[in-house]
Amino acid sequence: MNSLSLTLFDCVVLVTLLGLAWQLLATPDLFKAMVLFMSFGLVMALAWVRLAAPDVALAEAALGAGLTGPLFLSALHRLRGTRKGERRQQLDSIEHRGKIEKVTQRTSGRIIYLLLRILFAGLLLTLLVHLATILLHVEYENPGLGVFVAEQQEESGVISPVTAVLLNFRGYDTLLEIMVLFVAVVAVWSLATVRFSEKSGQVSPIQQGVVRILAPLMILVAVSLIWQGTHLAGGAFQGGAVLAAAGVLMMVSELPWLRLIPSLPVRLMLVFGPLVFLGLGVSCLADGRFLEYPGELAGFLILLIELACGLSIGLTLACLFVGGRPVDDLVDRGQLEEGS
Amino acid sequence: MTVLFAYKLGGLCLFFMGFTALILRSHPLKKIMAVNVMAAGVFLLFIAMACHGRVGVAIDPVPQAMVLTGIVVSVSVTALALVLACRIQETSGGAGSSEGEHPPQGDS
Repeated sequence: MNSLSLTLFDCVVLVTLLGLAWQLLATPDLFKAMVLFMSFGLVMALAWVRLAAPDVALAEAALGAGLTGPLFLSALHRLRGTRKGERRQQLDSIEHRGKIEKVTQRTSGRIIYLLLRILFAGLLLTLLVHLATILLHVEYENPGLGVFVAEQQEESGVISPVTAVLLNFRGYDTLLEIMVLFVAVVAVWSLATVRFSEKSGQVSPIQQGVVRILAPLMILVAVSLIWQGTHLAGGAFQGGAVLAAAGVLMMVSELPWLRLIPSLPVRLMLVFGPLVFLGLGVSCLADGRFLEYPGELAGFLILLIELACGLSIGLTLACLFVGGRPVDDLVDRGQLEEGS
Repeated sequence: MTVLFAYKLGGLCLFFMGFTALILRSHPLKKIMAVNVMAAGVFLLFIAMACHGRVGVAIDPVPQAMVLTGIVVSVSVTALALVLACRIQETSGGAGSSEGEHPPQGDS
């Protein structure tokens, strides 16, 4: 009975997942697509739980649903903000549609268009069916790397196997991943600038009040997620994502003290995590190899790296949400210098 | 076993849905969303293939760590792509003067 209901649950999750994906890709309404995308991320997290991957589920819920959705929403806001851009977009689509209609008005054109679509769909379906049959028939004899991880677990200094893989056995990957996040912020900052202190003045005091209560709680959850990464599901990325979500909430509620944060500490915080990780990795060179922690210190070092990286990841993701280099403080300072 | 296969098939379907939308949709935000759906499909297939035997048994930590890395990287890719899309809109739409004459056909 129990397994039957679980199987039913699996089916519901899968059908919802595919239905949501279809809807979000098919709907012409961009806002609706974004809301569907966020719910898609949450259902994805359920699927991860069912596949016994709680770390991935936490990351998906926090990053895939919690942060990518706001990223899309703010991008949509900015795209609609440029009126001319929107008109151009409409013109583009009208002309594009006009072209297609012109082609499809002729019977031969219509037939060719239809044939192309059928051909495309047929190709994709054939590929899908072939891959599915391969998946159905393939048999694994390799038990995977889980055995080796379990063997070496004691030496890693942490209890959670996923954290052991992320920060000890495959530390290179995680170091480079954090560098990717940092490079993304650098790229975003060099592409666009935003006027950070611009206020819409449309935030209700109730929202600000709720965020004032919520933000400390979220920061607490973030720190506990980072802390429990050593023995349970969780870690720097999940904690960092919750931290970033708290930051995003505070930014959209336009809390007044946010504008007073000078830019230098923000920049230093952005490189703090990667630098701590890199520094500890290099200091391991003294009596070993790169990123090979000494056995008795491993647990402490991993916790240190997780805390530093969690803070930096949170700030990095929040900066990605801002979507550009905040210019105000620089401009203001320049004006001040000119004035004096 | 069959449920696991259903998850694998679901991952494949997500990938192909995303791929189709990536080609057929013209709006840049839709394209970025389609890439995200494709990534979700790949992750789902990958984790489902790492489940040996049946659903719900603790799995290999290495694929989990890799998918975790993948999710974080896909978020940063999405953020960068969105800023690029806004920038393209600004530069091509904000120029203004040649509007309506020869709008570049950026869609496929």
